[in-house]
Formats: sequence, C-alpha cells, structure tokens
Amino acid sequence: MMKGRSVKKQKSIYSGWFLAPVIIIFGGLFLLPTVISFFFSMTVWDLTSWTWAGLDNFIQFFSEYSLRIGIKNTFIYAILTCVLKVVFGLLLAVILTSKIRTKNLVRSIVFFPNLISTVAVGIIFSALMHPSKGLFNEILGLAGLPAIDWLGNRDIALYSVILTDVWKGVGVATVIYIAGITAIPRDYYEAASLDGATTIQQFFRITIPLCRSSMNSVIILSFIGGMRTFDLIWSMTGGGPGFATDTLASVIYKQYAAGFYGLSTAGNVIMFVLIAVIAFPLFNYLTSKEVEV
Amino acid sequence: MRGKKLRLLLADIVVLGAALLIFGVPLYFLVINSFKDQKAARQLSISWPESFHIAENYFEAFSNQHYMIVRAFFNSVVITLFSVAGLLLVCSMAGYVIQRRKDRLTKVVNTLILTGLMIPPAILPTIWVMQNIGLYKTIPGMVLVEIALGIPFTTMLFRGYMGAIPREIEEAARIDGCGRLRIFTSVIAPLLTPIASTVTILQSVTIFNDFTNPLYFLPGNDNVTIQLTLYNFMGKFASKYNLLFADIVLVTIPMLLLFLFFNKKIIEGMAAGAVKG
Repeated sequence: MMKGRSVKKQKSIYSGWFLAPVIIIFGGLFLLPTVISFFFSMTVWDLTSWTWAGLDNFIQFFSEYSLRIGIKNTFIYAILTCVLKVVFGLLLAVILTSKIRTKNLVRSIVFFPNLISTVAVGIIFSALMHPSKGLFNEILGLAGLPAIDWLGNRDIALYSVILTDVWKGVGVATVIYIAGITAIPRDYYEAASLDGATTIQQFFRITIPLCRSSMNSVIILSFIGGMRTFDLIWSMTGGGPGFATDTLASVIYKQYAAGFYGLSTAGNVIMFVLIAVIAFPLFNYLTSKEVEV
Repeated sequence: MRGKKLRLLLADIVVLGAALLIFGVPLYFLVINSFKDQKAARQLSISWPESFHIAENYFEAFSNQHYMIVRAFFNSVVITLFSVAGLLLVCSMAGYVIQRRKDRLTKVVNTLILTGLMIPPAILPTIWVMQNIGLYKTIPGMVLVEIALGIPFTTMLFRGYMGAIPREIEEAARIDGCGRLRIFTSVIAPLLTPIASTVTILQSVTIFNDFTNPLYFLPGNDNVTIQLTLYNFMGKFASKYNLLFADIVLVTIPMLLLFLFFNKKIIEGMAAGAVKG
C-alpha cells in the first residue's frame, strides 16, 4: 500500500465540515471574546454602549493599590502553589510507587479532595481556620503555641489560602508523577543499585531526570491554574482582609460587580498577556529539556 | 529478613496514618458536624456528637428556601449532561479530523485550540457576545460556554486517542463504499468509547463543580446552580454550620459515588490527559 497520502485523498475521507461545530462554538465564545477584549479594555462600557478611554484603564490598574496588589498576589499564589505541588507531589508519588501495600488506598485518599468542589473546600477550611474555635488553632494550642488568625491577618491570609489550594490540588500532581515514574524501566534502578548507588542517588540521578515530562506538566498546569485562581480565594476570604488576598481574577470579578466593565476587561487582558508572556516561553523551555525514557 | 518486613509494615502504617490525618480529618470534620445540632456544630470541633440529628439536619438542608437545593441540583445536572454530550459529539469529530488530516485548516484549528489550554477566557466580552445572540442568563447559553471552555482539553484527548487507531480502518471502509459521515459514525465512533468515558467522567466533575462560570453567566435565582447555592448558603447559614455542612455533603455525594465506581478511570484519565498534552 502507498504510504504517501495526498491531501485530496485525505479530504475524501476526512471532511473539513467535522470541524465546523468546534470552530463555531470555540470561535464564537472563546476566540472572538478574547479578540474583542483588547478593544473593550480601552473603553468605558456597560454591555450596550461604550466610550473610548485609550489606556486609562491600564494606567488606573497599575496606579491604584487595590488593583495593583492583585497582580503581585497572583504571582505569589501561582509560584508558591506551583512549587509546593511540584515538590510534595513528587515526594508523595515516590512513596506511592514504592513497595508500600496500601498505595492504592492512599492514592485514592490523596486524590479525593479534587472531586470536592472548590467552594466546599473553601467553606471547610474556613471553619478549620476559625480564629478562636478552629481545629488548626486547637492543635497549635495543644502544642503550647499561640493561636494564628489564619484568614484575618493580612500577612498570613494569602498563605493560608495557598496551603488550602495545595491540599486540594496535590493529588493531581501526584497521579501525574506516578504515571511518569511507573514508565521508568525497573532495570535502571537495578543496575544502579548493583553499582552501589544509594536510594537518594537513584532519586536524583534516575527518577528526577526521567520523570521530567511529568514534572513539566505539573509545573505548567499548576502555574496556569494558580494565575487564574478565583473560586478558592472568593469562598475563603473574598479578597480580604482589605485587599490582602485579592488576585487578578478576584479583582476582575469585583470590578465587574461594581459596574466598572472597562477596568474589569483590562484586568482580563493583563492576565492574558502575563500568561502568554510567561507560560508559553516557560512551556517551550521546559519541553526542550525533556529526556526520552 | 524479618527486620525488613517489620520496617515495611511500619512504613505502611506511617504513610496510611499521615494520609488519613492530612486528607481524612477535614472530611471527617465535615461529615461529623453535619450530624450535630446547631449549638454543638458551632463549636467546630471534631469530637463525637453527643446526640445525632442526621434526619432533621439533612431534611432541613434539603427543604430550605423552598427546596432550592433540589432545583439547583436539577439545573446543575441538566447543564452537566448537555455540556458533556455536546463536548463528546463536537470534540470527537474535531479530534478525529485534526489527527488524520494535515493541511492548513487543521493546523490552524489545532494551534488555536491548544492556546485555549493556557489563556484565560475573556469573561465580560463573552457576556457581551451572549447578550447579542440572546443567550445570556439562559441554560442553553451556559451549556455552550461550558462546551467552549471544555473544547481544548477534550479535543486534545480525542486527538491523542485517535493516534493509536490505524488509518487502514477508514481506508478499508472507504473502499467498501462508506461515506465520510458513515465512516465516522459507524466505524470510528465505537472505537472511541474508552476515551469517551474518560472524558465523560472528567468533564462531569469539572462542570458540576464549576462555580466561576455560573457566577458570571447565570446570575439570579431563576437558574441557580448547585455551587452558587452553596456559596449563598455560606452567607445565610453563617452560624448554622450543621446545615451548611449537610449541604456540602449532599452536593459531594454524587462525586463520591462517581469516584467509588470509576476511581481508576478518573485517576488514569487525569494523568494521561495531562501528560500527553
């Protein structure tokens, strides 16, 4: 049989019309809004009429503290959740691919929080972090430590939400790593231990380099997820106290709820640009360093 | 030899214990407090209830605000069902053609869809588009948005799966006189069942648990969804933790059932989808 398949022959079997629904829905409700967001971010508008405002929205975004802090918090949130998931996910995955017998059960336990809605997780952890009655502070009290105002203290609240995010999301990182680690041939480890390599050496010289592509997926997924985070913040702190936990997405929602549609759209465009400028090069850089197993 | 066995057993206990402590306790806390009366639940402790109020709490959670949770549950199920059905239909066709045909059209569509995996949706302009076509604040509109947002990930899964199906199957069907539509519906579609079930489970969880999109695209009490209800209850039941937690348990039960039945499929799908991207 001929291996060269001409375009004409491809078309005779694979109809371009099959793409029509995706093009219409994705084009109309995702790409088109993305394109026009650049226009509306430079206006003052209310869904029915608009007036041109040039770069005013962006200037305001970067000059007002209550808006600007969202950008800073978004970065703290994205980077910290990403790093913590990359590290703890890997550790959990290594434990769960070892000889432990309860690994399937533990894997399910670690993964289950992903199926609980984010709002529900937010409510549960708000209760656990209650300043006077919460379980977290009771444990600190038992250990003789002073209570912490987990969600009420400006300097701590963002990190409390980050901790909750990691609790909920580390299971996904773990199962991605497990898929990567189980794909590494066992012989590598056997050969290494015959040559006298310690478990720690095997971890750094075999496991980490060879589960690189899993690690990259975890990095990209959690970084982008972190940049876009909204529902956990919103259900735990609503951006407060003050603006201490506002992220880009919560600022976008607040401006929308307050009727400042132009400002809200500008926030959306800023998020778009930040992700495009950081995530795409990051993705290319990471995939260029992958090793074939 | 015996020392090694003992060490392994010890590791087993430590790992399981730590997992239960870190991931189990918050869930135990949730469930146990949904069994207590209002006063006891307000203590927010993990102690065993002095008296159980399961039936009354759960009935109250159910019937509160004229069975709002039932209505919300119904809406969420409808949105989830139609969105998942739409995604299966639309993305299986697209993934099939994108994987098989390599020309300008498919390459452009593929690239655009892949960028959709990363970039955030532009929310207010989407509302603007929906208002102009009369779909804003409607359930069909919500379904279309969920489909649009699910297209990148789902198409990618189907495209990846198509890679493992030999082309000769379609070419043989072609020679046997099948039309382009028939080849897909009666030859290819049945072969896609495994990935379709992965998609169904993953997207059901995502869409059922979605909070942000209904918040923007389905405001108001007419078409309230389950996650919005939960959020509203959080404000209303600020001191009635027993009811609030009973609501959360009710809302989480469908996911728990799904997990009990499809545990392996969910976890493997999650990993496969992420890695093959």
